[in-house]
Amino acid sequence: MAELRPARCWRTGFFFFCVWLLLFLSVASGSLVVVSGSNETSGGPVGDTPEDPHHQTNSTTHKKAFPVLSFNYQDVRKPFVISLWILLALLMKLGFHIIPNISNVVPESCLLIGVGLLVGGIIKAVGEEAPVLDTKLFFHYLLPPIILDAGYFLPIRAFMENMGTILVFAVVGTLWNVFFIGGMIFAVCQIEGVQLAGVDLLSCLLFGSIVSAVDPVAVLAVFEEIQINELLHILVFGESLLNDAVTVVLYHLFEEFSHAGTVTVLDGVLGVVCFFVVSLGGVMVGAIYGLLGAFTSRFTTHTRVIEPLFVFLYSYMAYLSAEVFHLSGIMSLIACGVMMRPYVEANVSHKSYTTIKYFLKMWSSVSETLIFIFLGVSTVAGPHAWNWTFVISTVILCLVSRVLGVIGLTCIINKFRVVKLTKKDQFIVAYGGLRGAIAFSLGFLLTDNERKNMFLTAIITVIFFTVFVQGMTIRPLVELLAVKKKKESKPSINEEIHTQFLGHLLTGIEDICGHYGHHHWKDKLNRFNKAYLKKWLIAGERSTEPQLISFYNKMEMKQAMMLVESGSAAKLPSILSSVSMQNIQQRGSGNRRAIPSISKSREQEIRKILRSNLQKTRQRLRSYSRHDLMIDPFEDNVSEVRFRKQRVEMERRMSHYLTVPTNRQETPSVRKVCFEPEHQVFTYDNSESPRDPRARPDPGPLDAISLVSESQGPNQSREPRAKVPEEQEEQDQLKLSRCLSDPGPNQEDDLS
Amino acid sequence: MGAFQSSPSQPEYVDLKEKTGFSISQIGVLHTRFKLLGHNGETLKRDHFNSIPDLACNPIRSQIIEAFFDRRNFRRNGEGPVDEIHFEEFLMVMSHFKAPSPRMIEERESVRREKLRFIFNMHDTDDDGTITLEEYRHVIDELLSLTEDLGKDTAKGIADAAMREVASTSMAHMEPDEFFEGITFEHFLKLLKGFEIELKMNVHFSMMDTPTFCK
Repeated sequence: MAELRPARCWRTGFFFFCVWLLLFLSVASGSLVVVSGSNETSGGPVGDTPEDPHHQTNSTTHKKAFPVLSFNYQDVRKPFVISLWILLALLMKLGFHIIPNISNVVPESCLLIGVGLLVGGIIKAVGEEAPVLDTKLFFHYLLPPIILDAGYFLPIRAFMENMGTILVFAVVGTLWNVFFIGGMIFAVCQIEGVQLAGVDLLSCLLFGSIVSAVDPVAVLAVFEEIQINELLHILVFGESLLNDAVTVVLYHLFEEFSHAGTVTVLDGVLGVVCFFVVSLGGVMVGAIYGLLGAFTSRFTTHTRVIEPLFVFLYSYMAYLSAEVFHLSGIMSLIACGVMMRPYVEANVSHKSYTTIKYFLKMWSSVSETLIFIFLGVSTVAGPHAWNWTFVISTVILCLVSRVLGVIGLTCIINKFRVVKLTKKDQFIVAYGGLRGAIAFSLGFLLTDNERKNMFLTAIITVIFFTVFVQGMTIRPLVELLAVKKKKESKPSINEEIHTQFLGHLLTGIEDICGHYGHHHWKDKLNRFNKAYLKKWLIAGERSTEPQLISFYNKMEMKQAMMLVESGSAAKLPSILSSVSMQNIQQRGSGNRRAIPSISKSREQEIRKILRSNLQKTRQRLRSYSRHDLMIDPFEDNVSEVRFRKQRVEMERRMSHYLTVPTNRQETPSVRKVCFEPEHQVFTYDNSESPRDPRARPDPGPLDAISLVSESQGPNQSREPRAKVPEEQEEQDQLKLSRCLSDPGPNQEDDLS
Repeated sequence: MGAFQSSPSQPEYVDLKEKTGFSISQIGVLHTRFKLLGHNGETLKRDHFNSIPDLACNPIRSQIIEAFFDRRNFRRNGEGPVDEIHFEEFLMVMSHFKAPSPRMIEERESVRREKLRFIFNMHDTDDDGTITLEEYRHVIDELLSLTEDLGKDTAKGIADAAMREVASTSMAHMEPDEFFEGITFEHFLKLLKGFEIELKMNVHFSMMDTPTFCK
């Protein structure tokens, strides 16, 4: 029990800190909302008149003492408040994970909206005007990071395979939703005695177009937590992304019409044309920027530090450029990320890749948190016009139209799908149609509609309903219906081999049948990609690297990293076991040990990683300096053995570079690590002793290495091991240490 | 159009339908294709397959063609290669690529076994029931065969890593002098357990019409 008390102390302290922060924030932001400049005495303890003008005017007449400590809040007010908001958002996010039970039941988005409501309530209670989710702020600053994050890490294979289904749901489904909801709401408004007489059809359709689009932010927030299988995830998520084009077109269309007053057939046709222009134009803009970004990344070998910035900036420019022409910014951003990713990943360094990944995740996380909090705050702040009938019927109609739409469309889609969508799948797709902040912002944009407040109230209610009710219940429903979850994907070289194999096999079968199907076109695209695009967009030799090999290299890199990070010999990763090549190779086929030739740059990176870790290991034990590593084996036996054991363990795990058996019983023996020049195939006969360095051909310039860890010849039995003389060991130990000290590529004579 | 007795009439189609699970129209389409490929002969030989131009850029072409001439895929418990196949055998091989019908969710396991068996047969070229290291290396060589100037050892390295992975998933710990003969079918099943092949290894037969535009 003693451990709990300090933890509880920390928690209560944390809560008090948060409460204080909330109060401070509410007051501080209240002073921000009020137009700056004229009003400096806005509420509370902050916002004191700065002393400077006072000081200046009075300097001649009245000599004051030099102010040691002065208070000037106005200058930094804006960034201060913004940072405070972000800090609050993140602290809340942190707080939810400290409280263990709530995050299992309630999804994070609901909690954040709740916090927003709380903050909004506090601000209102203090008497200030709460900040509202400004549309420009939302569309220009908060939304792009989330969409970029989603687009950059979109699982392309799944997306392309289900593209038809996703498009049908996005386009036809949204259209159905819009017209059904708009039409039915208009019908409801016609009912006598509901005080809704003034709402015309176009306004209803406009309202329908705002409220019927599935929102990617909300979907991401909820689906991320329930870890559903990939197919359903990509269906709902893809739909939420692609329906942006439909929403944009319909929104602008109905807005124009409601100003114009009348609709002609020509307008309808123009609307359809506009849809194609908006969606395809957005994709094209994104693709162009994506290719530009990929091309730029080809030349960044010497300025690795700014590589991530190119990715972010090109994508953001794609979004803004699309917005300039009223094209679909979301589709442009997705197209840019998808286009750019394979080439950028082949070009950038490992660190840049990690940076890109983490920055994207960080920004999208912050954005999402802020959006939900602001949603809560705006709910409290905004003017509301509650009309029971309207709101209730909106909520019900949204649900009904979604269910009907999904069921109807699935019947049609299943005729064209190889793997049909089951009833369970349909239910999840229908239930996962959440509305979110995009609907709210679009509603906020409605300018001169007299029913704007009523619409906003209804939209907020729908959002709350979907996020709270559907968001909270979807997890138990998924458990109840036993929907397939996301499977843990270990990178498996066998699966990759078979994926490629299957791809070619199916293409071949399609060719034999004479049917230009799905696989045929995919294969053609791949070949085009390889022949033209990769040559232009990928630097150096990686452009001709087949996918299998790059996958293999990536896996090797990952395992080297894992190996490095796990450090001590705590636990062996499950992939690597004690099975080694000796078990697999046929006896008598000769112990041909071939070293796979991995490209130079990868070698460099792996060497750096391993070198830094080897250093760390050494330092941990005996604080060796990098350049003098003369281990006196008799000095400290215990640490020496431990050191050796650790190193041996590590080298054993690097068995992917080995084709030599890692014979367990050889653990106490010495292993020699040498840096070999690359691109040399070493094949040894049985008879040759591998410890003999003269067996090696002359080492070339050591600018790249392949690590070879050798032990005794595998065919020698174990008895000689035990009899290895001490001096021999010592010599080997010194040799080993010299090798390990890695003085750098120039001093190759040390190794012979 | 050639010998009438060689084109199966409706009752034979029905018989084929029961054996393979294709619909009558699909059988008709495939039969037209069979005749086109074989220049209206009764059987297909390897040369007929080799003459399909689209297949030329496929890296595993020879293995695919071999699969058509492999008795193990004819569902008749035979073994060994043949030199020519009739329409029924052609259809049998094609039937491995049918999508499982949604009502067959319970039979998913058997469908998966069947499809994995097909791929296993493709890898196991010497019919001994195991995929040895050499055979697996050959598979990877073929996959990478269209890449120019590739080091031989890269393919070997990949194959070795793959074999190691198979061995470690099937037998977690082995003594140094134990010998791992090769991947048996059970190992293969276990290896690709998460691969969901029954959802992936499908060709959309129902979307085909008379193929007039490709040879």
